Amino acid sequence: MMGEFMQAVIAKYNYWIYITLMMIGLYAMIAKNNLIKKIVGMNIFQTAIILFYVSIGVKKGGTLPIVEHGHGAHAHAVHAADYLNPLPHVLMLTAIVVSVATLGVALALGVKVYREYQTLEEDEILARIREK
Amino acid sequence: MKVVGLIIALLAGSLLVYATADFPPLGDPNSPASVHVSPRYIEKTMEETDVPNIVTSVLADYRGYDTMFETTVIFCAGVACFLLLRVYRREEPQERLYRHVLTGVTIHVKAGKLPPSPDFERIDSAWTPHDLIIKTICRLLIPFIQLFALYVIAHGHHSPGGGFQGGVMLGASVIVLAMSQDLRTAVRRLREKADALMCATGVFIYAGTGALCLLLGSNFLDYSALAPVLHVDPIMARSHGIFMVEVGVGVAVMGVMIWIYNNVSSMGKYDEGL
Repeated sequence: MMGEFMQAVIAKYNYWIYITLMMIGLYAMIAKNNLIKKIVGMNIFQTAIILFYVSIGVKKGGTLPIVEHGHGAHAHAVHAADYLNPLPHVLMLTAIVVSVATLGVALALGVKVYREYQTLEEDEILARIREK
Repeated sequence: MKVVGLIIALLAGSLLVYATADFPPLGDPNSPASVHVSPRYIEKTMEETDVPNIVTSVLADYRGYDTMFETTVIFCAGVACFLLLRVYRREEPQERLYRHVLTGVTIHVKAGKLPPSPDFERIDSAWTPHDLIIKTICRLLIPFIQLFALYVIAHGHHSPGGGFQGGVMLGASVIVLAMSQDLRTAVRRLREKADALMCATGVFIYAGTGALCLLLGSNFLDYSALAPVLHVDPIMARSHGIFMVEVGVGVAVMGVMIWIYNNVSSMGKYDEGL
């Protein structure tokens, strides 16, 4: 009973990693007071999702999704079981670059907020807004 | 707020842990994600596109629309940074710092600026001592970084790589220049207008390749229509079409990375960077 449970836990360790990272990111986004820390939390969250997707594409006994002896050997058949699932890789390839671009926009908004209120702490910003 | 945040995070986490019971274990070849569409891509990529790297063929051909709009999203992010931060008001900085090259003496100029001369060089206000090693190493490395980035873009059909990765590396090479020298040197090399034009050109190359297929009487982004223009068979034409699109992605990503860095690091003034 205990052995089965442990086997189930170990067989799915990729999910535990992504859930832990996602909780860290979510907590930082909600609870942190500093806007930059919130942005870092958002990035950790994105990384968790990227890990989740990439780990879904793994196949036991599969190699990189690049067809071996691609040219000149058209005769031999390509078996899907020999290669990792390329689809999550494609989705995450674009997601990584988009996450960098959104990080840039988030930092630009942070700069803008700092210029307006001379602070990045959430409670101080709210206090300044109420003063006006 | 901290307690509420902790409760929400733990609640979301426990829901996901509960859902994990239904997920396939790591590395299961029969997991739902691996049995529906992806076998088709893996088995047909050589027949249909002649591109051994399945990730590249899926990225730029099978899912061409997705990638086109991802590139557009990146372009929009660059434009958003520019619109949020760029200031054109000619607001003179409080004082400029110049260093006498031969003696290393720093002089503060309260108003105005020194006329350009080889004896004095402008330095940032948050200036660290003359860093000869970093400057020299970066100057030596940047050409090789750029060469490798071009290789990554061009060889994306056969090895891990492609427009996104190569574009980020090209952008990083210019950002390294801006960090090791200063922002003004990097902007002199690649003017703001040229950079913005580059972002737009990249997206235009991508969408233009798609529109060219449309003009040649096929579907949007169906590169086999390019075969008569390129004088190759339709399968090879798809391979070449993927390359054209990857170049567009690379140019756009490079431009946007530099644009975002310049705007955020100088707070939109293009005067002093990091």
